[in-house]
Amino acid sequence: MKNSREFQNFYFENDVVRQVVIALPRHKVAHFTLNVYDNMAEGEEPMVVDGGNGDRSDWQGQWDHVKKFLERAGPFTHPDFEPSTESLQFLMDTCKILVIGAGGLGCELLKDLALSGFRHIHVVDMDTIDISNLNRQFLFRPKDVGRPKAEVAADFVNDRVLGCNVVPHFKKIQDLDESFYRQFHIVVCGLDSVVARRWMNGMLLSLLIYEDGVLDPSSIIPLIDGGTEGFKGNARVILPGMTACIDCTLELYPPQINFPMCTIASMPRLPEHCVEYVRILLWPKEKPFGDGEALDGDDPKHIQWVYQKSLDRAAEFSITGVTYRLTQGVVKRIIPAVASTNAVIAAACATEVFKIATSAYVPLNNYMVFNDVDGLYTYTFEAERKENCSACSQVPQDLQFLPSAKLQEVLDYLTENASLQMKSPAITTTLDGKNKTLYLQTVASIEERTRPNLSKTLKELGLVDGQELAVADVTTPQTVLFKLNFIS
Amino acid sequence: RQRTMTDHKTSKEQKYDRQLRLWGDHGQEGLENAHVCLLNATATGTEILKNLVLPGIGAFTIVDGHKVSGEDVGNNFFLTSSSIGKNRAQAATELLQELNSDVSGNFVEESPDKLLDNDPEFFHRFSLVIGVQLPESTCLRLGSVLWDAGVPFLVCRTYGLIGYMRLIVKEHTVIESHPDNALEDLRLDQPFTELKHHIESYDLDSMEKKDHSHTPWIIVVAKYLEKWYSEHNSQLPKNYKEKEAFRQLIREGILTNENGTPEDEENFEEAIKNVNTALNPTKVPSATEDIFNAEQCENITSQSPSFWVMAHGVRDFVRNEGNGKLPVRGTIPDMIADSDKFIKLQNVYRDKAMKDAAVVSKHVEALLQSFGKPPESISEQEIKLFCKNAAFLRVVRCRSLAEEYSMDTFNKDEITSCMDSADSEMVLYLMLRSVDRFYQQHSRYPGQKSYQKNLETLNHNGNSANVIFISSSCRYGAAEPHTVAAFLGGSAAQEAIKIITHQFVPFNNTFLYNAMSQTSATFQL
Repeated sequence: MKNSREFQNFYFENDVVRQVVIALPRHKVAHFTLNVYDNMAEGEEPMVVDGGNGDRSDWQGQWDHVKKFLERAGPFTHPDFEPSTESLQFLMDTCKILVIGAGGLGCELLKDLALSGFRHIHVVDMDTIDISNLNRQFLFRPKDVGRPKAEVAADFVNDRVLGCNVVPHFKKIQDLDESFYRQFHIVVCGLDSVVARRWMNGMLLSLLIYEDGVLDPSSIIPLIDGGTEGFKGNARVILPGMTACIDCTLELYPPQINFPMCTIASMPRLPEHCVEYVRILLWPKEKPFGDGEALDGDDPKHIQWVYQKSLDRAAEFSITGVTYRLTQGVVKRIIPAVASTNAVIAAACATEVFKIATSAYVPLNNYMVFNDVDGLYTYTFEAERKENCSACSQVPQDLQFLPSAKLQEVLDYLTENASLQMKSPAITTTLDGKNKTLYLQTVASIEERTRPNLSKTLKELGLVDGQELAVADVTTPQTVLFKLNFIS
Repeated sequence: RQRTMTDHKTSKEQKYDRQLRLWGDHGQEGLENAHVCLLNATATGTEILKNLVLPGIGAFTIVDGHKVSGEDVGNNFFLTSSSIGKNRAQAATELLQELNSDVSGNFVEESPDKLLDNDPEFFHRFSLVIGVQLPESTCLRLGSVLWDAGVPFLVCRTYGLIGYMRLIVKEHTVIESHPDNALEDLRLDQPFTELKHHIESYDLDSMEKKDHSHTPWIIVVAKYLEKWYSEHNSQLPKNYKEKEAFRQLIREGILTNENGTPEDEENFEEAIKNVNTALNPTKVPSATEDIFNAEQCENITSQSPSFWVMAHGVRDFVRNEGNGKLPVRGTIPDMIADSDKFIKLQNVYRDKAMKDAAVVSKHVEALLQSFGKPPESISEQEIKLFCKNAAFLRVVRCRSLAEEYSMDTFNKDEITSCMDSADSEMVLYLMLRSVDRFYQQHSRYPGQKSYQKNLETLNHNGNSANVIFISSSCRYGAAEPHTVAAFLGGSAAQEAIKIITHQFVPFNNTFLYNAMSQTSATFQL
């Protein structure tokens, strides 16, 4: 008791504080209290005695920093929180976290989780290490270039943080199935692709169990998602089936703008247009490194060739500004990146993982953006669920077309609509009791066979009003159901 | 024109590629010439340094008198159990150094207070000093030394789920602020002579469709503006109604086919869309005006930094050749147009920008000569860069710690007005100040040793808010959770990079992060 009273005295004896509190009208301070602490637990919990260090730590005091939160109550804790030594035990022994990505965010996440007490961590990444990763992906060294990121990252963390067991998976997320994902308590993503995010989102949604239309909370695997670009970033908490999912807020990820073909082909104005001309038109024509040899943005010889030809193209039109760096940036669609932004966003994500795993504090609800171009700016808001979200609403999506519309129009809608943004949708339906593929792009032979359907009308294809179309796409592990409504 | 293998990037260029696209080769050079000092290799400190070592800071020196404890290793990625008992500065330096062989790491096994006692000038050599988890008294002492020496000082601390940063720099100038949404400098309201001539060379009414549809929207707006002027007494469209009418005027200029339906003229659509911003009156932004009116700009001496010399030169230009306007920036956005028309238009702006920069150069040269400095002391390149960024110049001046802490000058108004708002992070600042006062008296933080607490029920008077924070601050027990340290580590490192490179704008001057709510705020205290 002595400490709190003593401290209270000093709090008010601090001249600055006293001056401020005196200056505030009473009711304003009380109002402040009520608003902020509305949701807080009533009364204070008698404190559990802070005993020894537990028998799991490897040296005296290893987890002291973490324990101060898990073994003490406070007014900001989650209503369900019970201070105990069990939280730390759960964190260390039982809790399984999946980290998606071992790149800029992934490396930071692994470190943050390991130093927060998590011991059972899996990490998935399909990439190998590149020299341009080394300015921020600090678990990698020049000697590791070419090796799988997941494996090198796991080795490093396991070596540096005693007791931590990071298990790597040098795979695409799509190569793992639901039995894999189901084992985790929390999934945290540090991806650089919207497509991959949406897939992960879809996978966790597919694991939800509904009984008589009611969601079983124990089937929810929280998804913490982080993203960065230069000096900007965001962190969000998704409780699949309960809060806004990735697809609910697809407009927050506007589609990448590509330059119009006529600009690239005949009216270049910027150095970027010249590079795109070489990449899209000249390379397939001249096949500089042999038939069937695709342009590899990571091959310096390829980039050098593109650079030379881009200079030539630019010279033709008196365009200045083509550099090797610009050329590579356009070909690889490079997004600038630094260590600091990744550190900030990963830290925010890891804090959320800790909060959710321990119920020690109310989690972020549910989206935070960060920008440190001019000072430091954060903005936190609650992203809302979309009623008819194509991923999480379980409602068949509406498609409105004239019967005389061509299948191509439907395809265009699926790819161009801001809320759908599909990449290469495959459309199937049931006709005369049989499953029929209307169009599929990803397998050459089927693409060729079904291509004529694109110029047929929906009526010609035998589709009727209310027809259900099943659409598969790389953006989701499950097919999306659409309902065709004929308009007149 | 053939390039050789010398174009092929060095491995440093490859390694730093992703960040070079943000601050350029010159920014990187600034970073590689910097030497940063960190006080206290706690988790917060090493996380900050990690984010400076990875991008290639020239050198760092850690000053820390502590020995590594078990608790230290638990939250610090750059300490291992084998470092327990060793000096913390040395242990951390080894593992931070290992991150990047381009960087030179050093350590001093000494407490900051001792150094301040025996050799305060030790700190004069650094580009920036970063003080982490420092007691208030040390901060104030060090703050005073660094203020007098003109060395920027960044104070950081992690206290439970609270992050805090304070920047102290007397005057920090920024030429390249890289604003996110800058308005274009098109001069449509007051076209310069060369632009006028160029616009005159177009006759929209006599153009073939192909040319008509591929005329840059800037020309389209300019032409229709002339029409508008003739019918509106040479006045710009001012309000929404007039701008709508102007947009309609442009829309009526879209070619129609034989049936009278409008053709697809994207350039005209672009013109219509851009009416809102294209007709903004050209004027010197207020931030730049403030720079022109500053004492440092007015009174140039041989000691004046080149920023102020150039500012004075541009100011001279604005007041004379510029007719109240800044040198032309020289860039235009991309727009639908054929290559030839676009390039020619772009060159009109580029050439004018070069001309204006040359005039500014003359002013700068005259200034330099007036106090016996060679004209080469400020390069053409620097002047060009300055002119290009004339509308985006920023100066950040932070108050000293002495001013913040003195009872005569502390920012009472800012603090009390923030406390009006229920959720303000200002209360976190007050909590930290109080915790420091406690430390002064007890040489420890509340709740740091043990936490036997049955908190008294306090009567619900206006002080209950403070009580709740008291309770949580006891709960924190000066803990330094890694994730909060890491958040600050990223934030502080980027502010440090801003100070060193003079690119992007640093915060002014107090930043608070609340990891509970994932919110933050910046105050000027």
